[in-house]
Amino acid sequence: MKGLPPVLITAVVLVAGFALCALQFPNIASTRVVGNLLTDNAFLGIVATGMTFVIISGGIDLSVGSVIGFTTVFVALAIERWGVPPLVAFVAILALSAAFGAAMGAIIHVFDLPPFIVTLAGMFLARGASFLLSTESVPITAPVYASVSDFALRIPGGGRLTAIAIIMLAIVIGGVLLLRLTRFGANVYALGGGRATASLMGVAVGKMTVKIYMLSSLLAGIAGIVFSFYTSAGYSLSAVGVELDSIAAVVIGGTLLTGGQGSVIGTFLGVLIQGMIQTYINFDGTLSSWWTKIATGVLLFAFIALQQGLVALARPPAAKRAGAVS
Amino acid sequence: MENSLDPAPSLLEVRGISKSFGAVRALQEVDFTLRAGEIHALLGENGAGKSTLIKVITGVFPRDAGVVRLGGEEVAPRSAKAALQAGIATVYQEVNLLPNLSVAQNLFLDRQPMRFGIVREGEMRRRAKALLTEFGLDIDVAAPLGNYSVAIQHVTAIARAVDLSARVLILDEPTASLDRHEVEILFGIMRQLAKRGIGIVFVSHFLDQVYEISDRITVLRNGRLVGEREIASLPRLELIRMMLGRELAETTSARAAVGEHKAREICASFESYGKAGYVAPFNLELRHGEVVGLAGLLGSGRTETARLVFGAERADGGHARVEGAAVRLQSPRDGVRHGFGYCPEERKTDGIVAELTVRENIVLALQAKRGLHRPLSRREQDEIARRYVKMLDIRPPDAERPVGLLSGGNQQKVLLARWLATSPRLLVLDEPTRGIDVGAHAEIIRLIRELCDDGLALLVISSELDEIVTYSDRVVVLRDRTHVEELSGEAIDVTNILAAIAADGAAMQEARA
Ligand SMILES: Nc1ncnc2c1ncn2[C@@H]1O[C@H](COP(=O)(O)OP(=O)(O)OP(=O)(O)O)[C@@H](O)[C@H]1O
Ligand SMILES: [Mg+2]
Repeated sequence: MKGLPPVLITAVVLVAGFALCALQFPNIASTRVVGNLLTDNAFLGIVATGMTFVIISGGIDLSVGSVIGFTTVFVALAIERWGVPPLVAFVAILALSAAFGAAMGAIIHVFDLPPFIVTLAGMFLARGASFLLSTESVPITAPVYASVSDFALRIPGGGRLTAIAIIMLAIVIGGVLLLRLTRFGANVYALGGGRATASLMGVAVGKMTVKIYMLSSLLAGIAGIVFSFYTSAGYSLSAVGVELDSIAAVVIGGTLLTGGQGSVIGTFLGVLIQGMIQTYINFDGTLSSWWTKIATGVLLFAFIALQQGLVALARPPAAKRAGAVS
Repeated sequence: MENSLDPAPSLLEVRGISKSFGAVRALQEVDFTLRAGEIHALLGENGAGKSTLIKVITGVFPRDAGVVRLGGEEVAPRSAKAALQAGIATVYQEVNLLPNLSVAQNLFLDRQPMRFGIVREGEMRRRAKALLTEFGLDIDVAAPLGNYSVAIQHVTAIARAVDLSARVLILDEPTASLDRHEVEILFGIMRQLAKRGIGIVFVSHFLDQVYEISDRITVLRNGRLVGEREIASLPRLELIRMMLGRELAETTSARAAVGEHKAREICASFESYGKAGYVAPFNLELRHGEVVGLAGLLGSGRTETARLVFGAERADGGHARVEGAAVRLQSPRDGVRHGFGYCPEERKTDGIVAELTVRENIVLALQAKRGLHRPLSRREQDEIARRYVKMLDIRPPDAERPVGLLSGGNQQKVLLARWLATSPRLLVLDEPTRGIDVGAHAEIIRLIRELCDDGLALLVISSELDEIVTYSDRVVVLRDRTHVEELSGEAIDVTNILAAIAADGAAMQEARA
């Protein structure tokens, strides 16, 4: 039920890919590179965790990239221009993004609209709003930023586990526990299995929808803060297309796009695979960075094809009684 | 229905409920009273409004007018969850469970045992196991529910509702996919619950079951209340008259004289046909103008045999012949190409396209058979749809209505029409009368005889032994996925079939219980 076989395949792809990379560039197999990989993809890991919940519940959230962009601009302006203490700015933006997600969830449920449309509107809205705030990049010079950037746990082998990587790992672990161990998590799968059915079984579908999109937007807000630490700036054009990267990570991680099955661990592995491809391309030096996209695209195709195959295989004979020609 | 001398206090009172879907008036001023501790059957033809009444009571559909009182207090739940909280647990007709969740999660969804905000998975599985054991099921509760058969899913749904220990338990056609043994277990549990003072509403088209289990009945017809009676003082014919509003025509006509069908031509034959782990190799001859019945317990391999015959499942040994020529049946398409039709048991999952209209659903298989380059004209489609709507008495007789909006029984008829429209040479019917009301039930049995007289070969699966005996020329009995006996002619009777099913079956039953 929790999509173990696809996750295993993702893990195998990751390990095999990493081994291949390491064969060609032995330096890749170092804690330094792995530490950097975690840091570089921290924000992606965080949004993708939220996206996993949304997709398992049978929805999609296209607004997350824009929410990240808005967050970086808001945080930068609040700290640098409006003189707000960083912590207050963080709390304010997290409250704002959670409310934004809750509103999208409520609209999806109350008006029975496709999540695709509602979150697409949310995507334009949040991106537009960040342009309203500022069209240029606002550097952040607050001392917290410097100290957070400097903070890192040393790992044997010369690697560094930065603060933002730690935040990401904590959120991934939190996501795993939330999805696997709580009633909320079970209800997420239930929604993905069928909204009408879940509702007839007594799940408060409306509340769940609001909470799920709220979670996704909240995590996008956190990812935005992390992104602002990463770049030490706020820019309205940051994180364009991240929603698609995170959807890709979720699917590569073995979560069914139609909902009902998947795991946060898988998503995390999916993020690592994307990071690994990027790292390889950086090492190679001759390849254009667009190859990352191409490789991700190929992997996506492969995984979707694979899942279709697995789904067909996994269906027991009883459930396969197709009405023949229907 | 004033009843001033109620022996038991009424638990659930429904007064003056009306409900329309657009122009369709599904319920008009319906009253319904359920007493504490009684089992109350809600009866009526397909489309009478039974499921709608249930959904209005539990707030799945908003009502247009009327009040519902539970224990004297007015309630107006606005969702299934609210109804549950008010104390009304329901198994809806379209058995609602989630195939992607584990059996245990399905049983305890939204009410899992918790500690510190964490689901106690082990405890939940233990309880799930214990709960299902009461229903005679011993399965792996950690596996996804979708891995199990429809019957097991149905039992799970019922177990869930029963375990909610509500004040009112509503079961909409709970026995439609259960075998005798499971029905007995269910009835035992229903009686226990009633003793504890729970009021149970029970919908069924099986009148035997209604007489066996219920205390009182309420009959609906065309969305109106016909009456409420004590079952003990209600003759069966009177009950049927209440449901149909007319007498039931004599149906169980004697079968054609035995022995004359020796000369009939073979339509399809199967020799040591089978699949390892699915159905043991069997020999089967299907002749034109002959009905072969498949009898056996649920899970004995009846549906599996049908699927092999149709090509929905690939055999791994043996030969198949159609009209004497060797053929390969590797997929349902092969089946259709050789003129086979297969009307599966589970209409919701197997073939009804809820969004399409009755007409579109009926012509679906015929169109597929003709190929896309030879489309049926709209005139032909209308003509075909009209013919079958009339022949099977599909109600409402509106071919342009989305099938999803028909009552459960009428959807079943549409599915049957789809295969009849392809004019097959061999038609496989899996439980054709399940969920179909007494009136239509008789018509379907008559139809089976008629089709047969027209030279069709039929392979019919049914758990209703009386029914199988009525129309079959030969009966194949299955046990443990093996064809164990073939009865023909005068040997076909309920006792013989039961004997064949039960031979060394006593031990099996023991093991199951
Ligand atoms: N959602 C809906 N929209 C429109 N019409 C509907 C809807 N649900 C039911 N109906 C109509 O309401 C009437 C009553 O249907 P209902 O499902 O209550 O019948 P039923 O008594 O349960 O029949 P069955 O024995 O076949 O299950 C039917 O005419 C049906 O077509
Ligand atoms: Mg019904």
